[in-house]
Parts: sequence; structure tokens; C-alpha cells
Amino acid sequence: MQNTLEKLSTPWETFTPGNWMENIDVVDFIQKNYTPYEGSDEFLTGTTKRTERIWTKVKDLMTQEHANNGLLDADTSTPSGIDAFDAGYIDKDDELIVGLQTDAPLKRAIMPYGGYRMVESSCHAYGLEEDEKVKEIFTKYRKTHNEGVFQAYTPEIRACRKSGIITGLPDAYGRGRIIGDYRRVALYGIDRLIEDKQKQKSSTDHMNMTSDIIREREELSEQILALEAMKRMAQSYGYDISKPASNFREAVQWTYFGYLAAIKDQNGAAMSLGRVSTFLDIYSERDIKLGLLTESQAQEIMDDFVIKLRMVRFLRTPEYNELFSGDPVWVTESIGGMGTDGRTLVTKNCYRMLHSLTNLGPAPEPNMTVLWSKNMPENFKKFCSKLSISTSSIQYENDDLMRPLFGDDYGIACCVSPMIIGKEMQFFGARANLAKALLYSINGGIDEKSFAKVAEGFEPITSEYLDYNEVIQKFDAMMDWLAKTYVNALNIIHFMHDKYYYEKAQLALMDKDVVRKLGCGIAGFSVTVDSLSAIKYAKVKPVRNEHGIAVDFEIEGDFPKFGNNDDRVDSIATSLIEKFMKKIEQLPTYREAIPTQSILTITSNVVYGKKTGNTPDGRKAGIPFAPGANPLHGRDECGALASLCSVAKLPFKYAKDGISNTFSIIPSSLGKTEENRIDNLKGMIDGYMSKHGQHINVNVLDRETLKDAMEHPEKYPQLTIRVSGYAVNFIKLTRAQQEDVISRTFHDKF
Amino acid sequence: MDNDKKAYIHSVETGGTVDGPGIRYVIFFQMCPLRCKFCHNPDTWQLQPDKIKTEEELFNEIMKYKDFFALSNGGVTVSGGEPLLQAKFILNLFKKLKKENIHTAADTCGYIEVDEIIKELFAYTDLFLLDIKHLDSPKHLELTGKDNKKVLKFLQALKEHNKKTWIRQVLLPEWTMDESYINHLINYLKDYKNIIEKIELLPYHEMGKEKWTKLGLKYTLTTKPPKKEALFDIKTMFEKNGFDVLLSV
Repeated sequence: MQNTLEKLSTPWETFTPGNWMENIDVVDFIQKNYTPYEGSDEFLTGTTKRTERIWTKVKDLMTQEHANNGLLDADTSTPSGIDAFDAGYIDKDDELIVGLQTDAPLKRAIMPYGGYRMVESSCHAYGLEEDEKVKEIFTKYRKTHNEGVFQAYTPEIRACRKSGIITGLPDAYGRGRIIGDYRRVALYGIDRLIEDKQKQKSSTDHMNMTSDIIREREELSEQILALEAMKRMAQSYGYDISKPASNFREAVQWTYFGYLAAIKDQNGAAMSLGRVSTFLDIYSERDIKLGLLTESQAQEIMDDFVIKLRMVRFLRTPEYNELFSGDPVWVTESIGGMGTDGRTLVTKNCYRMLHSLTNLGPAPEPNMTVLWSKNMPENFKKFCSKLSISTSSIQYENDDLMRPLFGDDYGIACCVSPMIIGKEMQFFGARANLAKALLYSINGGIDEKSFAKVAEGFEPITSEYLDYNEVIQKFDAMMDWLAKTYVNALNIIHFMHDKYYYEKAQLALMDKDVVRKLGCGIAGFSVTVDSLSAIKYAKVKPVRNEHGIAVDFEIEGDFPKFGNNDDRVDSIATSLIEKFMKKIEQLPTYREAIPTQSILTITSNVVYGKKTGNTPDGRKAGIPFAPGANPLHGRDECGALASLCSVAKLPFKYAKDGISNTFSIIPSSLGKTEENRIDNLKGMIDGYMSKHGQHINVNVLDRETLKDAMEHPEKYPQLTIRVSGYAVNFIKLTRAQQEDVISRTFHDKF
Repeated sequence: MDNDKKAYIHSVETGGTVDGPGIRYVIFFQMCPLRCKFCHNPDTWQLQPDKIKTEEELFNEIMKYKDFFALSNGGVTVSGGEPLLQAKFILNLFKKLKKENIHTAADTCGYIEVDEIIKELFAYTDLFLLDIKHLDSPKHLELTGKDNKKVLKFLQALKEHNKKTWIRQVLLPEWTMDESYINHLINYLKDYKNIIEKIELLPYHEMGKEKWTKLGLKYTLTTKPPKKEALFDIKTMFEKNGFDVLLSV
């Protein structure tokens, strides 16, 4: 490959000038320089010999990793950092895009700043030896995020954590859900970014040193150190990223270095990539025009980039795996969508990114997220639909719903959380279990499993049958209590995270005045809604134990269930979301974060179900909740569209952090020919979005395939399935989670 | 019951994709004049008088999905059971749907008297899915309990009214799959080529068997589902004669 600089005198030559040259303004650069693509997928090319060589090596390592209890290797003596490790390679001479988290492929690093306990228990779980020196440092001299949080936690918060009414809190691990604008590294080079940060810092040189200003100055200093470390890290691979990238390969490499710095610095729950495909397309278009790059080479570079993104690993504990199963890292890449000026943001490079699913086979990472708009080119919609049918690896999010609020340069963090790239971040808040809260309102704050008093100051319901109005009133008060306890916990967590595990690498690639959101969430959504419906439309009689605690429920008569497009119950669902959001909104938040909420469980619906007793809808204790905003398994009886329409009714206005819907259908239920299936799936997604659905995971699979994969995992190394907001290697799920996936509704009318 | 405004409905499927083009709202009506040995919806045979829907109810339900029809070139299909036993109701419903520009289809066994109501219904039905259970009348009788004279008359009526039709043939080994039968069928259908848009070949499956057992009915058919290769041969035979064939295996 020739170097572009042989043809151009500066990296920016030929680009259309604009504000992006004066200020850090990636959107302006994109808008002035990108080329929308409305054509078909015919231009795409297959793998090269080199790609196959590298990918085969990586696949072999992944097979070894899986055979070795999910861990290939780990370095327990070197706390990870941007430049803590020497360069690592799969095959130094054969790689186009370089850079690994440690000095060897799939070798995991410890990240003790979140909490030493995470290191300790992962060492224990995988039979690794703890490093005494590291242990001493992080238990004796250096305080961690986790310690800080537990010092500040109240007895009430601890009780909630224990009972499982609030679970999955990022109090012992990195919070994630922050997307650095990794494109800045490619467009500007590190020196320019440092210069910008220094200016930001000196802007407060003459101000009164209030705690806000002091914190800002400290954080900016950390960011500058991170940027310098990025340069050293790239240098160890033989690259000078102090200056802008000058061709396509460099643009991909520089962008990846930015991302790599983030995943060396943080083991955040979700380490998303942002929206890089169309940005990078500007470089591939230029190189192809200059005759410096062929289509096959462009695809090869993207495939190599994707291979790297498939190799991101963190050292985590089995408990963590129970919550977020299958080793996900949410390398979420947002693809496509429309610009605010009406041009599509679909480019050839969006196709290339998605085409890696065909070239390399299906995979859960990167978390391919298509921002769907009704106005997107038909060709692209069909291409996505075709890929969903063959790989079950894509999720779709409603660009027409989000663009008016977030503009046209937002990306999805994790599963469903939209944020403007480089300008917004989130304080991740896991989720509160509303089904348990409903039981608490019936039992006066006593936990139905442990019988411990968790919420103080509440009276139980004592009537023979549950009265809807009484339940609603008591539930409302219980939600007030829960919201307050929950937001208190989150405020403590994020205060401490900023203090002890600040995301310097990611924030270095963002604006100074970042907008912070507090991402709250609901679990047990459809169980709660169906329970309220049962109480309203049928007769529900609590079965109380000798202490008067309702431990089971007898239901007389039928009741409408969420997922059948029935307004009688769907209206309960929409008002529940609104109610809980309005409670959260009233509470003070750390750093004036703007509160939002999501209806998303990830795979924690299984754990939450395990921790929750019998519910008034007839669900038995221990049975998993439905994931995200899904109707409960098997209760959506009127077919695919009715189920989709119920979820689409949920108001995004009150759940701006996303509403997750996982949709599984068997191939033959999509139509009789491949062409029919592609068109019908496209029609279903279009229809769902036109009804204002925010998110949909699409799985096109037979249940039999999954059952076979449970028995013969070796036959299905790459079988990928979308679960709540991300995708997993099916064979990496725990058995309970595999069974849960199989038991969910598969739309299978014939 | 006022048959114009109410109907005995077995169930509905909001996201159907196998009974006509695009994404469809499929209404399964109760009752059927035939008793096909291979029926996969025997639960529609017996009248359940309590399962009733009004025209208004159904129309309002359907309208919730109008966007999906428009975005996929889909629409509404009446199926069953035999929907045309409740033709008056369907006529009223289809009249309203056509006002909304919604595509309408009727999936029928054709064992129906072509009376004035049916003739009027032709004007409001965009597509017929006509099941040919068997072209030989004695075999038809053996397989379904009735001979096929009415069915063939129905096909004739579709031709006279120039109605777009998909012919559906279940491919049932030992009954409808040998070469001579297929040739016979092809020759017969040649006269109807101008109305036949597609031939839909439906490989026999045993997924309905369980329902028979649940209903306390005896499933007498012992034939096994067909082999894939044979299906493609039949598809080719139709295609060679200029028919557009829909076959999913």
C-alpha cells in the first residue's frame, strides 16, 4: 500500500475545509466530506488470504480459551494502564491494524482501581496466583472505587443490594457507558488534542478556585497525561500518532489506538466504540479516488479492525458473568442513520463494517447497531435484513425517534443508550426491580424470600383479595422509597468512581463541558405490568404464611397480558414507566446529571427472577423475568405484530436511555422464499419503528438449532444470538441462561 | 346470530407471512365442510359458539397494523377452517378494508356454492388462495370426505370473474406426488393460466398431528412427509410449463 503523503502534501489536503479545522468538531468534518451511498452490496469483496490466516489463528486461540474455562492467559502482576504493556501481536508481520490490550493475544490484565476484590475473586475463580505486591499496594496504600463506595453506603442501600431489589450496581467494577470520540485521534493527531486540553485548563487559571474548578483542573491534567500515554503506546507499535492520520489504514489505526487506550485504562461494563464507520469512509473514498487503495484492501483493513474488536477481553468474576453473560464488552458500533440535512449517513464503509459478519462469520462483537430510519436507502435496509437472517448478529435502533433529540452524531453506548459522541456521557445505574417493589408494597416492606424488613415505615395489605386501588396507592409510595434509595446509591457510586477510577482516556477525547446523564433502569417490567393487570381484571388472593407474609397468589379468572396489543394492559405499562421516571426526576443527582431510565435487563433477568418470589401474575418464584421490555415468555399469543406493537407503545419520552425488545422468529415464519423473508423482516422493522419502537434485537433461528448447540457446543463455535441489547456466543452462556433463551417466545406460526 | 356483523372466529395471527404476499393479518374462521386427513387445523372444525368477534371489533384490530401492510405489501387473509362459510360477514369486512386500501385475500378449499354473495365478494377480494386437495374426485372424497365437483366449479367461477389466484397443492406422498398426477394437474390448470399468478406447493408435514390427539381424534394418515429432492422435481415440472412456483422447504 502506498502512502497518501506521496500524493498529498498534508493529511488534510483535498478535504473540504470548515470549522473542523479551527475547532475540535468531527461532525462538521463528516458533514462537509462524506459521500452517502445508496447503491447495493454488489461492490463488496470477500476475505483475502491474509485475513484468513490471521482469523484462523485468532479462532484457534478462542477455541483454546473456551476449552480452558474461558480464560487463555492473564497477567496478574501488572495493573493495566494505557502504556503499561509492551506491544503485543497476533502475527507482527501479517497484521494490518495492530494493538492488543496486553503483550499477547487474549491475555487478560488486572484493573484494580475499580476494586481489588474483583481482582482477588477473578484470580480465585480461574486458579490464578495473586501478586503479593499488587495486593499490598491496592489494599494498603491505594484506595479503590469499591472501598470508597462501601464507606459511604447507608444501611438501607446495603439491605437493598442484599435482597436484590437493586442489583448489578457498578460499585465493584468499572461503570462504562462512556464513549470517547476515538475519531479525534485520527482527524487531529494527539498533539493538537493536548494543545486543546491545555487551553481548556488555562482558561480557569485566573478564576476563584472553587471545588468545581479544582476538580476540572485536576481532571484535565489527568486527560493530558492520558493523551501523552497514548502517544507512547502507539510508539511502542512503531506509530507516531502525534499528527493526523494521512490515509485510510492510518485513520483506522489511529481510531483504534484511541479505543485501545480506553480498554487498557478501564474495564467498564460497556466499552462502546461510537460511530466510526462513516467517518472512516471519508478516508477510504479519498484513497480509492487517488488510486491508492482497492476495494479489496479497504475491506481487508476493516476486517482486520473487526478482528481486533472481537478480541477485547476483561478479567471478570463468575458473579459478574451471571449478570452479564457470555463475556460481553459492548464494543457497540452505531451504523447508518440519516443526517439532519436529509442525506443518509449510510456509506460504503457501513456496508464493509457489517460485511465482516459474512467474511469472518457471525460474532457478538463488535455490537453491530444499525440506526434505522424509514428514509434510509432501501438497498441498505435489505442488506441489513439479509444479514440479520443469516447471522442474528444485528440490533436496530430508531434513528427517527432519536435524531430529533440527539442530532445526527450520536452513538449507542452498551445496548440501547443514546448519547452525543464526544459531548455526552452516562453514569451507568443498572436497575431497580419493580416486581419486588410491588411485593414489598403488599408485604409492607418485608422481603418475600428472606423475610427481612428492607423498607421501613410501610404497612402491609391485609385484605383477603387484593384491591387494585389500594395496591396502586401502596405501590406508588413504595416506588417513592425505592427511587430515593436507588438514586442515593448511584450518587455515591459515581462520586467515588470519578474520584478513584476516573476515565481519563475517554474523557480526554471528549469536550470539556460534557453533559452527564444518570442512567437508571427498571427490571421485572412485564411481570409487574401483568401482575397489576391480574389484580385489576381478575381476582387475586394472596396466600399468606404464618407471619402474614404473602408468599403466593391465587388468581381467579383471566386478565389481559402485556404483549397482545391490548390497551387495557398496555396502558398500565406506559403509565408505570412514566410514574417511575417522574419519581427519579425529582431527586438530586451527583454532578447535576440529567436523570434518564432504560427498560433493559441485559441477561440479569435470570438472576433477578431467581431473587424474586411468586408474583401476582402467576409467575412462580425463581422463574426468570422477561428480558428488557419484552412480554413474559409465551404470554404474547396474538403473533409477532401484536407483540411488537405493545412494546412500541412504551414512551421513549420517559425512558430516554432506551427500551429493549428482543425478537426471535423462526426462518419459515418470515416467508417462503429468501426474497420474501428479507422483505418481510424489513417490513416488520420498518413497521415497528413507524410505531415508535426504540430498539429491537432480531434473531432468526430455529429452537432446534439452539437445543443442538447445548448438547454439541463444539459444532457451533460462532453461533451468535441477540439477547437483551447485545449478542453472545450461545455456547458461552450458562446452562440456565441457555434454557431461558430457548424458553422465550419464538414466533413460529405455520 | 346476525351473520352480517358477527362471526365465529377461531383465532387471529397478527404477523402472518405464509398466507399470501407480505406481512398479513390472518383470521382463522371456525368450521369447515371438509375433513382432510392431513388437516393441521382440526381445532377449527368444531363450532365453539362462544368465540365470536364483531365486524367492528375485527376491523379496529386490523387497522392497528395498517402500517405494517403498507410497508411490506401485505394485507389481510381470511383462512380457517373454511372462511367462505361465513361469506356475508367477510363481504362486509372486505368492503370496509378496500375503502382503506388494504389488500384482501381468501384462503379457501373451494367447497363452496358460488351464490350471489360469493359473486359480490369476488369484487372485494384481491387474491384467492385455492386449495386443490386432489384433482380426481374419488380420491378427493377419500382424502377429505367430499368429492371435488364444487371445488372445480369454484375454480371455473374464479376464471369467469378473472380473479387473481394462487393454486395451493399439498404434496402428499402416495397421493399427490407421482408424475402422472402432477402432469394431470398441470394440464388441467393450463386452462386457467391467465388467472393463476402462482402455484404454491405445500410439502406435507406432521405438525398438526398433535392437535388431533389433543382433540381426541384419530390421525389415520400414515404417510411420511416427502423427501426434499422429489419436491424440487415437481417444482421444475410446473416451471417448465410456465408456472411461477412458490415452494419452501
